[in-house]
Amino acid sequence: MLGILRSMSVTAKVMLTRKPVTIQYPEVHREIPNRDRAFPILIWDEEKDEPFCTGCHACERACPVECMTVVMKDNPKHAAGESKRRKIIDEFWIDYGRCMRCNICVEVCNFEAIGMNNTWAGHELSRYDRSQLVFDLDQLLSQSKAGKVDPGLRA
Amino acid sequence: MVLERDPALDVVDMPINMGPQHPSTHGVFRMVLVVNGEKIVDLVPHIGYMHRGGEKLMEAMDFRQGIGYCDRTEYLAQFSAELAYCLAVERLMDLQVPERAEYIRVILTEMNRLSSHFMFAGAFGVDAGVFATSFTYAFPQREFLQEVFEEVSGDRLMYAYFRVGGLAWEVPDNFVQRVHEVLVHSAQGLKDIDDLLTKNEIFMARCQNIGSFSAQRAIAYGLSGPMLRASGVPWDLRKDEPYSIYDRFNFEVPVGNYGDVYDRYLVRIEEMRQSISIIEQALEQLPPDGPIVPEKMPRRLRTPPGEVYAKVEAPRGEWGVYLVSKGGDKPYRLKMRSPSFCNLSALREMTIGHYLADAVMILGSMDIVLCDVDR
Repeated sequence: MLGILRSMSVTAKVMLTRKPVTIQYPEVHREIPNRDRAFPILIWDEEKDEPFCTGCHACERACPVECMTVVMKDNPKHAAGESKRRKIIDEFWIDYGRCMRCNICVEVCNFEAIGMNNTWAGHELSRYDRSQLVFDLDQLLSQSKAGKVDPGLRA
Repeated sequence: MVLERDPALDVVDMPINMGPQHPSTHGVFRMVLVVNGEKIVDLVPHIGYMHRGGEKLMEAMDFRQGIGYCDRTEYLAQFSAELAYCLAVERLMDLQVPERAEYIRVILTEMNRLSSHFMFAGAFGVDAGVFATSFTYAFPQREFLQEVFEEVSGDRLMYAYFRVGGLAWEVPDNFVQRVHEVLVHSAQGLKDIDDLLTKNEIFMARCQNIGSFSAQRAIAYGLSGPMLRASGVPWDLRKDEPYSIYDRFNFEVPVGNYGDVYDRYLVRIEEMRQSISIIEQALEQLPPDGPIVPEKMPRRLRTPPGEVYAKVEAPRGEWGVYLVSKGGDKPYRLKMRSPSFCNLSALREMTIGHYLADAVMILGSMDIVLCDVDR
């Protein structure tokens, strides 16, 4: 009997003294830490007005689940003398349905061209169809272009 | 007057299916219970619903890629699984892990033990019929711990933070302070759970004297972790075969007397206290700065040919990784010795002779992770 009373006193005490820790999610977004990793996105080089990515295939080779497809091309801006990048990314697809968010692509990148999205936009990705989770180059760059990503992403 | 025995009241052995989708099987686990009245006379477990061929998959992954898979195998004690895998490769490559990385590994692994046992305490209460009360007390504490893991590694569950030779990246600047903060929460949560369940007469009546297992039987079945210690065998790899830097900490190995469900619960609760003490000691000794990867770290991980068995004391028991390499950057064969699988093998013997409702308690007291059983 004593034990039961003690158990009930816990419930009573907590009810009176502690505040709820619940966050009402869709209305309130929890602040997520800076190094949070959602899904990989490509980073936009503001200076040269082109992506950092040169399409070197390093991330594609290192990816454990093979969720990336990379196609490179000759950089037209290099011929015009505006950029030092000889090659540049032409097409880039990441299948977010496959990605296991292991951060290896970010670690192997030599140009700091890819980073893990650390905003809520990287988490709220529900889609009606799995094929819509395959993101192309424009989608991968859009967030960085709009400046909505911390450029100091862990790289 | 002599009562005639009515043949219609004779009971026959009847098979009852439980699972695979059943809330108290803690995953996708099916058992066919043969009951006579309410007594269990036989039990046939069916596993394999979560089999993903993990060991085979890891043969195709190099040593960095495999780490992500360890998380997904043992999804309640991810750091322990990562640690075992990293230890195996480090031993094969003969790599010396820097001091600071070792301390951070120990701190995180022990915090992971706390979060895993909070999960147990919450779910076990639900199995016992406390409904959701214990769950709502244990889960916020687990969430606080996961927040720290998220700040450190970037993810709430699939950390992929340990690397062969050290850690993936440095911990945040306020790491020590954050761990101290969260330990206060954990100690508070532990006290809540303790007050709520341990001395509660209904809970005790529900748990005591079911699923008892003697020390001899436990060893014969190859049980490990809290299951073995509850039977009275003080076997803890952290103490008996120290890996990493566990020989530098003072802690006790709690053991039970009867090996029943209640003892397993008590052992886990006491283990959490010891974990808190280990974390506090480790935080005190943690070198303020220093490298987290060895200086001569090869850019591409290649092991010499050979084989190695590395084991760690995971929250559920001995988590071992047996690695055979024929040279190169991938394992030739990888075998994971998962504690849940070995512990589950004793389920049949433990359950026979008990009531149907106790089967749920016995299964709950094993604290299995089904991804780790099936791999």
